[in-house]
Amino acid sequence: MTTQYRDASGPYFGDYGGRWMPESLVAALDEVAETFTAAKADPAFTQEYFRLCREYTGRPSLLTEAKRFAAEAGQARIFLKREDLNHTGSHKINNVLGQALIARRLGKTRLIAETGAGQHGVATATAAALFGMECVVYMGAADTQRQALNVARMQLLGAQVVPVDHGAQTLKDAINEALRDWVASVETTHYVLGTVAGPHPFPEMVRWFHQVIGEEAREQVLTQTGQLPDAVAACVGGGSNAIGIFHGFLDDPTVALYGFEAGGEGVETGRHASAITLGRSGVLHGARSYLMQDEDGQTVDSHSISAGLDYPSVGPQHAYLSDQGRVTYQPVTDAECMSAFESLCRTEGIIPAIESAHALAGAARLSAEWGSDGAEKVIIVNLSGRGDKDVATAARWFDLLPEQDVEDQSEESAAPNTGVQA
Amino acid sequence: MTAPTQSKSAAAIDAAAATGRAAFIGYLPAGYPDKETCIQAAIALIEGGADILEVGIPYSDPVMDGPVIQQATTEVLARGFRISEVFDIVRAVTEATGAAVLVMTYYNIIDRMGAEEFARRLAEAGGAGAITPDLIPDEAADWIAATDKYGLDRVFLSAPTSSPERAELVARSSRGFVYGVSIMGVTGARESVSAVAEEVVAASKSAGAPRVCVGLGVSSRSHVEEIGSYADGVIVGTALVAALRDGGAEAVGQLARELSGNS
Repeated sequence: MTTQYRDASGPYFGDYGGRWMPESLVAALDEVAETFTAAKADPAFTQEYFRLCREYTGRPSLLTEAKRFAAEAGQARIFLKREDLNHTGSHKINNVLGQALIARRLGKTRLIAETGAGQHGVATATAAALFGMECVVYMGAADTQRQALNVARMQLLGAQVVPVDHGAQTLKDAINEALRDWVASVETTHYVLGTVAGPHPFPEMVRWFHQVIGEEAREQVLTQTGQLPDAVAACVGGGSNAIGIFHGFLDDPTVALYGFEAGGEGVETGRHASAITLGRSGVLHGARSYLMQDEDGQTVDSHSISAGLDYPSVGPQHAYLSDQGRVTYQPVTDAECMSAFESLCRTEGIIPAIESAHALAGAARLSAEWGSDGAEKVIIVNLSGRGDKDVATAARWFDLLPEQDVEDQSEESAAPNTGVQA
Repeated sequence: MTAPTQSKSAAAIDAAAATGRAAFIGYLPAGYPDKETCIQAAIALIEGGADILEVGIPYSDPVMDGPVIQQATTEVLARGFRISEVFDIVRAVTEATGAAVLVMTYYNIIDRMGAEEFARRLAEAGGAGAITPDLIPDEAADWIAATDKYGLDRVFLSAPTSSPERAELVARSSRGFVYGVSIMGVTGARESVSAVAEEVVAASKSAGAPRVCVGLGVSSRSHVEEIGSYADGVIVGTALVAALRDGGAEAVGQLARELSGNS
């Protein structure tokens, strides 16, 4: 096997990546990079990490064939990599446990994190509780409303949730605020960045902690079907679950890789979060990558029904893999995503995260396009999270609740009243 | 190395030093609260005693800015601000006062226009150069080439956490002066300027920087005097922005006189 794409190390992935960061944070980034490099070569560290994955997260996660869902879409077989079954309900725990171990090795006692959908915030709050660390989670004020249940969940776990009311009040603004905190607190604090974006070493380090997804999936699909898949599909916001599953297959040239970006109301409307599809290179939050920006270089607000994909840039390794043609990135609209969401609920009894439903929709589209050619083909979808947190959003989308009930529910939520509607 | 005499901001710092004091560098956000008032405030700031003007370019994701500056720049962006306005302001203030005018900008603004084109337009407007708070010399090859070509100052930051090797890289890569970060944190007026400021200046000087100016947290004449005793220049931002917000160009001129000891 060649290793053309696997194990790529930072700071650069082709023209992308790097460290577009204030000088004040460079020493901390160097310290994290050195500690991570030493840790992954230290058997005591890797044993502890994989012990936590096994005994705390519940790994390996299952690979489940979704026969009835696949039959609605076309003729290909579709398998789901069940990251939704992890403790805390998504893939995010893989990275957070790893970074909490890194923080402990660094002697840091306080964890900060940004969160969009709340999954990464919940995972970070969980790790902080497990490791006995202080935890502050920054969350866009709009997102605290969309994801009120996750706000309460983080608070139950002992974390402080800080609603960010600047800018678009979504994920990118939460990252800005977390960076402001980190600049002032770096002596005691580790910033648990939740995705494969940001300055070196985050893209490489966060990927390393998620590689377990692809390694397991590759072994499982070989065992369960006797073959490699024809395609692997994942949703892409910052791109952590996608790079985690892709990594296992990057150097299998027969496996087509698909990243599905949030198409929002449609890329042509401008209200979307498809940074790669839009194709403008820029620097944001420490990395050069594809970035949704206007002619002056101001970041354009992204839009998606999914808080977790509502980010105007993408991890630099994805930008590189797109340019190289190794991974195909396509938008999936809110409407397509919610149709796949509904379909998985009804055909398989699995409520997916709305983020993950983008990958389901993409896989269904792929199978439909293949038509009868798909009969012998296998697709793996990374089901990156479960949809419990999205029940209120989905209920509104499908008009399942009378208007009064929806209002009552939002009044009872833990979200502060900012007057902003998601 | 280009001869330091080509640097407008170095010349302004040296001129202040010749009269036995540190240079006073004042920051205002471009186009706040509107283009005309911004130009008037900048002129009042310089007439009130500032040696160098720093014009901040409003940016959607200002991770180094505290609430006062963020609030101001958010308002400017909300009224449909475009980058060309910055060059108009630089030109107007330079023509009216002859002072050295630097822009302060997050790097994506430069990157989007292209380092070469940005430098060309800034030089054409009479600007002295740029301070780039989220650009480290390691990533600055394009910007260094562009500023060399157009003879512009490029001011990089040195932090309390910078290693001696990094302080040396920052000193070697900067032209005009090195921006010494006095505290670990974002912009904003503070009661006291931390003792690390003096250490940052000393570290930067021993790394080879001929001129080091200190910013972040400076809000009173006593800060200016204290920092001026060991630094080549004192940078004031948030306090001036608050004055502009509350009292317009006149209040900026008044505060400038106070800070520079001319009141």
